[in-house]
Amino acid sequence: MSETIIQTFGLTKDYGEVKAVDTLDLTIQRGEIFGLLGPNGAGKTTTTLMLLGLTDPTSGHAVIEGHDCTKDPLDVKKIVGYLPDNVGFYPDMTGRQNLIFTGQMNSLDKETCESRSKELLERVGMTYAADRKAGTYSRGMRQRLGIADVLMKDPEIIIMDEPTLGIDPEGMRELTKLIRDLAVKDGRTILLSSHQLYQVQEICDRVGIFVEGKLIACGRIDELGRQLQSEGLFLMDLQVEQNSDPLVKLLSAKEGVTKVTKNDNGSLHIESTRDLRKEMISFLMMNNYTLLDMHQRGGDLEEIYRRYFEKAGEEIDAAGKNSEAGSAGNDGRGKGTKQTWRERRANRRKNNPGV
Amino acid sequence: MSGFTALYRKELTDHFSGVRVFLIFCLMFIVTAMSLNGAIGNLSDAIADSKEYVFLKLFTTSGDSIYSFTTFLGFFGPIIGIALGFDAVNNEKSQGTLIRIASQPIYRDAIINAKFLAGCTVIFVLTFVLGGFETGVGIIKTGLRPGPEEFGRIFIYLLFSAVYCCVWLAMSVFFSVICKHAATAAISGISIWLFLTMFMSLAAQGIANAIFPLTGWGAYYNQYKNYSLQIGLNRISPYYLYSEAVSIIMDPSSRSVGLVTESQYSGAVVSYLSIGQSVLLIWPHLVAMFAIAVVLFAIAYVCFMKQEIRA
Repeated sequence: MSETIIQTFGLTKDYGEVKAVDTLDLTIQRGEIFGLLGPNGAGKTTTTLMLLGLTDPTSGHAVIEGHDCTKDPLDVKKIVGYLPDNVGFYPDMTGRQNLIFTGQMNSLDKETCESRSKELLERVGMTYAADRKAGTYSRGMRQRLGIADVLMKDPEIIIMDEPTLGIDPEGMRELTKLIRDLAVKDGRTILLSSHQLYQVQEICDRVGIFVEGKLIACGRIDELGRQLQSEGLFLMDLQVEQNSDPLVKLLSAKEGVTKVTKNDNGSLHIESTRDLRKEMISFLMMNNYTLLDMHQRGGDLEEIYRRYFEKAGEEIDAAGKNSEAGSAGNDGRGKGTKQTWRERRANRRKNNPGV
Repeated sequence: MSGFTALYRKELTDHFSGVRVFLIFCLMFIVTAMSLNGAIGNLSDAIADSKEYVFLKLFTTSGDSIYSFTTFLGFFGPIIGIALGFDAVNNEKSQGTLIRIASQPIYRDAIINAKFLAGCTVIFVLTFVLGGFETGVGIIKTGLRPGPEEFGRIFIYLLFSAVYCCVWLAMSVFFSVICKHAATAAISGISIWLFLTMFMSLAAQGIANAIFPLTGWGAYYNQYKNYSLQIGLNRISPYYLYSEAVSIIMDPSSRSVGLVTESQYSGAVVSYLSIGQSVLLIWPHLVAMFAIAVVLFAIAYVCFMKQEIRA
């Protein structure tokens, strides 16, 4: 099971001054679903394009099943199916014709093209619209046809760029199931990039978090969560019946608590250096608060993602100006969990025009 | 190679089942029929001074209020080329299909090669169908029979016309590679066509007169140089090159391109050129035209290969 199928060695891509991908070392095993996570412009698409040999890396190289992605793109493209973000089809051809055309480009004979396209249209639930012009398809239909299109060449590896974007919840459930089936039943390796954390968490075995071209964390989701805790970061959300404003001050002064912010729904978000759950209950009781809800966080991807982002942001900032790093924690300004590190950084810049 | 074949077949299907090529065919058929009609009406005047190679006159004689077939093709040829190529690559990009094709196991150049060759095929089919139509209807309407030499001349003329259209196709494919929007590519192609067709001769005249003025003390000595420069500049334009070559190949009585001095002319026997001699005369034109098409396509090819394909 643990056979390496995709491997990159110091893969780097510069666009002028900007490093889109910065010395990326990535290893993906056969049969796993790997999620590349990151905000827009983090270099996810550039990475996938380099894997397909559509973009030449500035330095470093990538290998898929022993084929060099830059020097030997044809052999790579034979075994790798690529579903681009916002996939397009020829509007004047029907869905079926589009699939058959893809089959022809993969040197399949006529019978195989027809039987396989029929089978795949059924599999993605597009048989009802197979003979309609692709120009009339909605985005969700195009996405499904896109998956059928990728499967036409019967690839060992499937690379998907934002596959879940713009799909309704029902379609999403089907898609999730389909992607899992592709990996589990068919034994294909899947690399998908996304910025939608929830879907990634549901689908992927392993994730890599990408910020500004750098892979800042990589591993199983629970591993990443544990990794954060081992670094002395515990996250907790709690809600009390009473006005929580005085509680913020009270908690901030408590030993072990590093940060308290108020969420949009009135609950409090607490970061601490150790597990505070037990103490917290007695603490609240002593101070005459009625606890409505409390739970430990950290296992879910959003938290992990946010933490890694903040860390990356701080590191990048720290590289720029060391003295700024210390104030990062206290500058949440009560905006809650939705604030990204970019915004934080922007705020900090505003407050300190010298930076 | 199978990728190329599949793409080429698809492009051809697109062209022949598309509205655009249908409209071009209709337009060209109407134009051909009208010019032929005009030519037949004026044929008796046109052959008043020479009774040989009458069939070729069907192609070159203009009617009372309409241009000749050769003039029309010289004028519309670029339009055909531009229309077939201006959205070749950028449309694939905006449709989001380019990246999907590029991620199939084909070489990237297969995409642009297939597009250009499919366009060329349409052009060759179109010009030869039109030529055949003109010849056939001409035979029926006039009862004239083209001799083998006339056939040969018509064939070379059509070949040359097709290459001429391919020049513009290559140019518009180039614009479709570098322009993001199809409209920009079309406008760029049309503006270059207009300049080379309408204004190049004015520009050539202006430049030649500036360098070798035809007024003042040197006027007499400058005349030859002025003319040579002017004609040289004019020949940059494929339109001029084409018109010049057509006037030679379709008219056996024209004996030279460019200037002939009186001394060269003295003692010449008045006779027609044979087809071989006519071809010899326009051979440079043919080669140049072919070379322009190849060079333009090569530029488009290189640009396309260096371009990054992104969704």
